[in-house]
Order: sequence, then C-alpha cells, then structure tokens
Amino acid sequence: MRALVWHGTADIRCDTVPDPGLEHPRDAIVKVTSCAICGSDLHLYDHFMPGMEKGDIMGHEFMGEVVEVGSEAKSALKVGERVVVPFTIWCGDCDQCKRGNYSVCERSNRNKATADKLFGHTTAGLFGYTHLTGGYAGGQAEYVRVPFADRTHVKIPSGLSDEQVLFLGDIFPTGWQAAAQCDIQPTDTVAVWGCGPVGQMTIRSALLLGAKQVIAIDRVPERLSMAKAGGAVTINFAEESVVERLNELTDGKGPEKCIDAVGMEAHATATLDSLYDRAKQALMLESDRAHVLREMIYVCRPAGTLSVPGVYGGLIDKFPFGMSMNKGLTWRMGQTNVNRWTDDLLNRIQEGQIDPSFVITHTVGLDQGPEMYKTFRDKQDGCIKVVLKP
Amino acid sequence: MAYYRRGSSADAMARGMGWFSLGFGAAELVAGRGIARWLGMEQHTGLIRAYGVREITAGVGLLAMGDPKPWMWARVAGDVLDIATLATGLNDDNPRRRNVELALGAVAVATALDVLGSGMLHREEEEALTPPHDYSDRSGLPRAPDAMRGSAKDAPIPDELRTPKILQFHPIGMG
Repeated sequence: MRALVWHGTADIRCDTVPDPGLEHPRDAIVKVTSCAICGSDLHLYDHFMPGMEKGDIMGHEFMGEVVEVGSEAKSALKVGERVVVPFTIWCGDCDQCKRGNYSVCERSNRNKATADKLFGHTTAGLFGYTHLTGGYAGGQAEYVRVPFADRTHVKIPSGLSDEQVLFLGDIFPTGWQAAAQCDIQPTDTVAVWGCGPVGQMTIRSALLLGAKQVIAIDRVPERLSMAKAGGAVTINFAEESVVERLNELTDGKGPEKCIDAVGMEAHATATLDSLYDRAKQALMLESDRAHVLREMIYVCRPAGTLSVPGVYGGLIDKFPFGMSMNKGLTWRMGQTNVNRWTDDLLNRIQEGQIDPSFVITHTVGLDQGPEMYKTFRDKQDGCIKVVLKP
Repeated sequence: MAYYRRGSSADAMARGMGWFSLGFGAAELVAGRGIARWLGMEQHTGLIRAYGVREITAGVGLLAMGDPKPWMWARVAGDVLDIATLATGLNDDNPRRRNVELALGAVAVATALDVLGSGMLHREEEEALTPPHDYSDRSGLPRAPDAMRGSAKDAPIPDELRTPKILQFHPIGMG
C-alpha cells in the first residue's frame, strides 16, 4: 500500500510499504477514505518531538471503512462499517479508561517501559506519533491497523460526508475539550492563542458553550478572517500589543479563560523571550518554545483558568511559575480524551449546529502529501487544513 | 507594516546570517588583536573590535527585531566596509598579504549570501502583496455567531471539569 513515511527532518515521502494485518484479536483493519495533516504532525515534520524513526508512517486523524475485524472485536465492529478513528488508542478496561481519561490509558502504549521512564508513568498509545507513544503506524495511508478496535472507534451513520465527521478523530474534540475544561460561564472572556485548525475549533466551541466574548490571537490574515467568521474579536500580534488589547477588551481585568492552541513551536515578534527560546532550542538546551504560556500567565485574570490543548514535547525554560502561583491560576491540560466527547459532538453535527468542514482549505491525493506538509508548515496558499484522499 | 514570514526559507537564511553575525562579532570583539595580527594590520585592532559590535548589533536585529530586511541590508553595508578596510592591507609591504586575500574571499562569499538573502526577503514580500485568502464566510455555523452563542450550554461536561464555585467569576445565581 502507499503511505506517508517519515524519513527525517522535513523529509516525508509517499512510499510503498507492506499492508498491515491483524496482530491481536482486538484489532481491526480500516481502509482509509480520508485523512488529515494535523498541526501536531508538524512537530514531527520539524523533528522537535523525540522518538521518531525512519520508516514510521505518519498520521493520527483519519477515517474509513472496516475491512477486517479480529475475533475479540467482532461484537463491537463489523466489516463494512464506517468509522472515524480517534487518535488516542484506549483499552476501555484500565482504571483511567473507566474514568473517561482515555488519553492516559494505562494499557494501550506498547512501549510502556520507555514512556514510564520519560513521563514517570505511561500515557495512551497514539497513532503515528513517535515510539514513546507506542510506535503505531499512522493513518496517512491506504490501510491502517487499529489496536483495541472494539473501543477505539466512532461509528458514523450514513448521510454525513467524510469532511463533516473526519475531525471527530482529533481537532474538533480537542478544541471542544480545551473550551469545556475551562467551564465557560456567560460572563467569561475567552482568549485563544493560535488560529490554526485547533484554534478555529476552540473558538467555535467557546462560542457555543456561551462565552460572552471570544478573542483570537494570531498574525496570519486568512486565519484571523476565519476566526472572525466564527465570532471572535481578533488580535494580530504582528501589528498590535496582545497585552494592551486584551486589557482594553476586558476593562483592564484580563480574560478569565486563556487557551493555548499553539504549543511548542510558538512564533513571536521581537520579544526577548522568543529570541532566548530560539537560541536555547538551537543549542538543544530546550525542546519547546513557551512564549504563549508565559503570555497567558501574564495576561490572565487572577483566579482564572489556563487550558492547554497545544502539544508540548519536553522541556521549557524561564517559566514564570511564581506569577502563576501568586495569581491562583488553574491549569487544565492534556491530550484529548476523544471518545469522552464524540457522541455529543456527532449529535451536534447531525443536528446542524456546526459543520467542521469549514476549516478545510486543501484537498489532495496521498501522493501530494509531502508537498502539502511544507505548504501547511509555511502557511502558504492560505493553507489552514489539508485533507488527503488515499 | 513590512511583511516577513517566520519559517520561510528566506527567513531561515536571515536567521542563519543572524547567528553568524553574533558568533563572528563576538570573535572580533574578544580576539580583535589576534585577528589584526593575523592580517598584518595591527593598527586596525580598535576598528576590528568596533566592527564586532556592529556584527553583534546586526545579529540581534536579525534574530529579534521583527522584519529582517533592514538588518540584512545593514550587513551588506558592513560587508562593503569590511572590504574597504581589508583592501588597505593588500600592499606589498604586508607580509600577511596572503591572509588578507583569504579574508577578502570569505567576506565576498558573505556579501553574496547577504545580497541573495535580502533579495529572497524582498521577493517574498512581493509575492505576499497578493491579497490573503478571504475566509470570512467560513463560520461553520448555521446562523450568525451571536445567534449561536450558548447553543451548547447544555453540553454534558463532567463535574470534575467544572470550576469550583468560589473560583467562578459570574455573580451568584447567574449561569
């Protein structure tokens, strides 16, 4: 089969690789009909995340048709069913899964020993996202093996297009969780850093959950225009001061809820801390650039909440934790517990409350995937979200 | 406002020259006398140290001050100064004339890279003059955002994700 394969920094190729097969009775094989490039794939593309190996198949946002089912998954899945596959693999049986904390499933990471050493305790296995999270082949391919398939799926009813439901596998529940874990109140101002795909979903989630005001921060004009379409007041950080504008928009009090939809590769304009981060990252003394986290801590209203759906990989420096402690801020973060939200979100899509396909700007074949990685990374051609058709 | 795009190849080149400026400037500042001796131009030790300060300034500008184009052109101007200064060491009386020729070759390469990088940055800006894609019709919502505000406030959010009452900002009784 054909698949997008990681070969090194900024080197992803569409290769021919062996077809996957069942390896466990709870497995299923899915023929991929649509998959997407996620913003967090760019951390792998730019090789800021450790644990990738040459030959790894990319992709953790995908859907398709079930073509083969292991004996222990047959009670839950049938050949021919249409499914979205969540990026977090979950067993359903461990203590964390029973609590709904699927992103920290205790059993699905087959490289648990390595993850235990790195994180203290393992987190869930993820598709196509380094050997620290299991080294599972990803879904930017014609076929994919889905472990724990009796749990790790969202069945899709007929009548909905791939484009409407594909993002149930990652960015829609990720944006939703980012807003939901802020427990948005009708008097809240919610500031969202980053208007990429997750940021766009977060903006709409915050609006639907009833925020009085949603403020979106970015500097890419087309991303800001899409954020505005979703009801956000926008701040272009290349043209105006984020701190001053946020204070203006909140009567000097600061936003009650701040959401980092950027993660480890934050760009900032002419700030000393961003120069410092770049220098340390270049010298491999720091893995993540923490400008957004620092700014959120600074601007957030005391006793407010910071929510972090953006992906961080390792170490950050010059982190104003004293400011956070003294302001009494609440932190909410983590990979997305995808299936905690998908039943509700699927209903909302079916009812027409939201159509997540608004974010798609490019649809191409799998063989054009490598060049689309670059287009997406460089924000060329108005690119916000790429869907690939294997 | 000047246009530049972080992460582009032109930007990567500008940042590369920025790091080079910082490193080379530090070397000129710290080892100005040694460099002057190597060139057979001891009388220019102070000037070489001053050029180090100039290089460091350009490096900081390229890496931290937003639009890198003015700083790239500042580097080109600095390259011209370097060439003019080195040319004074090309006389037959200088026993280190060969070293001066080597240094001139290196500065010529740096100048070519600076001019190339500046050109790339300007081309990038020209390309960006095409209007950005307009996504103002892409709300993803069936009605105007204000009409959709709060449509999902009945969403099933687990209690453990709720903010403790004492940390909620809205007045008692609201929400």
